[in-house]
Amino acid sequence: MTVRIVVLAKQVPDPETPPSQFKVDESTNRVIPPNGVPPVVNGFDLNAVEAALKLRDGGIDVEITLLSVGTEFVLDAMKKPLAMGSDRLVLVDEPGLDKLDSAGTVKVLAAAIEKDGPFDLILGGRQASDWDQAHVTLGLAEVLGLPLVSLVQKLELSGDSVQLQRAIPDGYQVVTAPIPSVLTISNEIGEPRYPNLRGIMQASRKQPEVFSLADIGLSLDDLAPKMELKRLYVPELNRQVELIEGEDEADAGRKLALRLREEKLI
Amino acid sequence: MTTVLLVAERDEKGEIGQSARQAITAANGLQDAQISVVFTGEAPDSANALPVGRVITISPIDSADNGIYDQSTADLMALVSSDSPDVVMFAKSDFGSVVGARLAFRIGAAFAPDCVEISSDADAGGAVGVTRPVYGGSALAEFEIASSPVIMTLRAGAFEASTDTGAPAIESFSSDRLPNRPVEVSESVAETREGVRLEDADFVVSGGRGLGGPEPFSILADLADVLGGAVGASRAACDAGWIDHSHQVGLTGKTVSPDVYIAVGISGASQHMAGCSSSRAIVAINKDGDSNIFKEARFGVVGDWEKVLPSFLATVRDLKA
Repeated sequence: MTVRIVVLAKQVPDPETPPSQFKVDESTNRVIPPNGVPPVVNGFDLNAVEAALKLRDGGIDVEITLLSVGTEFVLDAMKKPLAMGSDRLVLVDEPGLDKLDSAGTVKVLAAAIEKDGPFDLILGGRQASDWDQAHVTLGLAEVLGLPLVSLVQKLELSGDSVQLQRAIPDGYQVVTAPIPSVLTISNEIGEPRYPNLRGIMQASRKQPEVFSLADIGLSLDDLAPKMELKRLYVPELNRQVELIEGEDEADAGRKLALRLREEKLI
Repeated sequence: MTTVLLVAERDEKGEIGQSARQAITAANGLQDAQISVVFTGEAPDSANALPVGRVITISPIDSADNGIYDQSTADLMALVSSDSPDVVMFAKSDFGSVVGARLAFRIGAAFAPDCVEISSDADAGGAVGVTRPVYGGSALAEFEIASSPVIMTLRAGAFEASTDTGAPAIESFSSDRLPNRPVEVSESVAETREGVRLEDADFVVSGGRGLGGPEPFSILADLADVLGGAVGASRAACDAGWIDHSHQVGLTGKTVSPDVYIAVGISGASQHMAGCSSSRAIVAINKDGDSNIFKEARFGVVGDWEKVLPSFLATVRDLKA
């Protein structure tokens, strides 16, 4: 029997964009996309794709569906998880969907999952690198009424349950969860694999399946934000670094220690 | 008046955690705050002197029959519906992030994670304002939330810890035990760790890509030992396998707020700074004077760590002797 897995994936500005190129339009409270730096799939979501692929590596028949909510998708970016080995790409794509708060995003994801499901496992990355809404997947579990395990660093599937390791600050917990469940995947699961040539060729031929809000029974009126964004800005760093110099680098190291003592920092 | 339920966590010794004392300061910044502090399980003795109106205890966290904080989430949901607070505060910890989000979505409340500033506006009918870092700390976002309650988590070190004292009323709150839950935690495995906990350390010595390999972490560990601190690392160093992920500081690692954060061979990418920018002083040693770390550091040496660090360590050792 095929195990159906949906992985939540988000298109984000490349987090490796140099800080000097990161700019905000304060009149619209939006980030200005940096020239020549295309968006990427949130790196932590790729960890979740990797977790699903590891199940397939273990000989389990899995179908992996990527689900994303937004607008102005850059398909080249969104196809990376397909090239890694995922089977389908489902987009809920409509103008305005890039302005949702997390409550709105969860509503759209839940409706899309009900429309496209049922799924055996719902996987998300541990957080997004843009708005750090590390709680979207957690909220989805509550809204769908499904069991939740966060920060999964290892998973195995047997019968109708999953055996998990959940990362905690000083180690891990051994956890068993039923199917279906919602899991957030931690980066300890391992680096996302690089797509191979065959994967890239297959992904290039695949087209996304696109839903509008109406297709999943919602309208923008259902998705009014609970939190109103008043201002988005790049903070001024007014810290002035005091550079310590010496006769040579070793002397600079010595003087640094003395300076920290003078400031009673050590 | 703003009524606040503040869910406290304990430190390693079972005492009131710094995060809870910081949250008290944060809560007192709200209009006419009336604070109740909630403990899971029995409250520590020192809770009798907290500068708040009430201390409330709920069921202890017992992972064996609690799933991933299922009982705590259920208890807090019952408490919130009987107490109707305006604001529910958590630390941005594993517990706070999971329980806060679940509680918010279960009751349909707004959830504001990782706040570094909060306010309430009497003119706007008590609407709560929050500021949180986004894009890995490259930008700050200010929100206004008109609906009540607001569930929030607070970033470690964003507020000074309160040292005030008071005489709260002590109450206990019990809700129904959950029936057996589908998620079962059968075992907790501690990974061995020596010395001071990274999150609690007053001094953190961190290494990054510029170290070039695993060996240099031993001199960082020596320095951490002398200072009585802990060793941290950037994601690049952890991903390269030079040091265990449990040392990772940053957006996906730990958030630390030591007195002194010494960054060696770390360029200061925003993902890393997200985990250490609330340190009292950042000290940078990096051979690239243009790297971002010097924009956030208070003291720095532009130079090769292999030459700078040994004399720095030797001098610190002399000063500490």
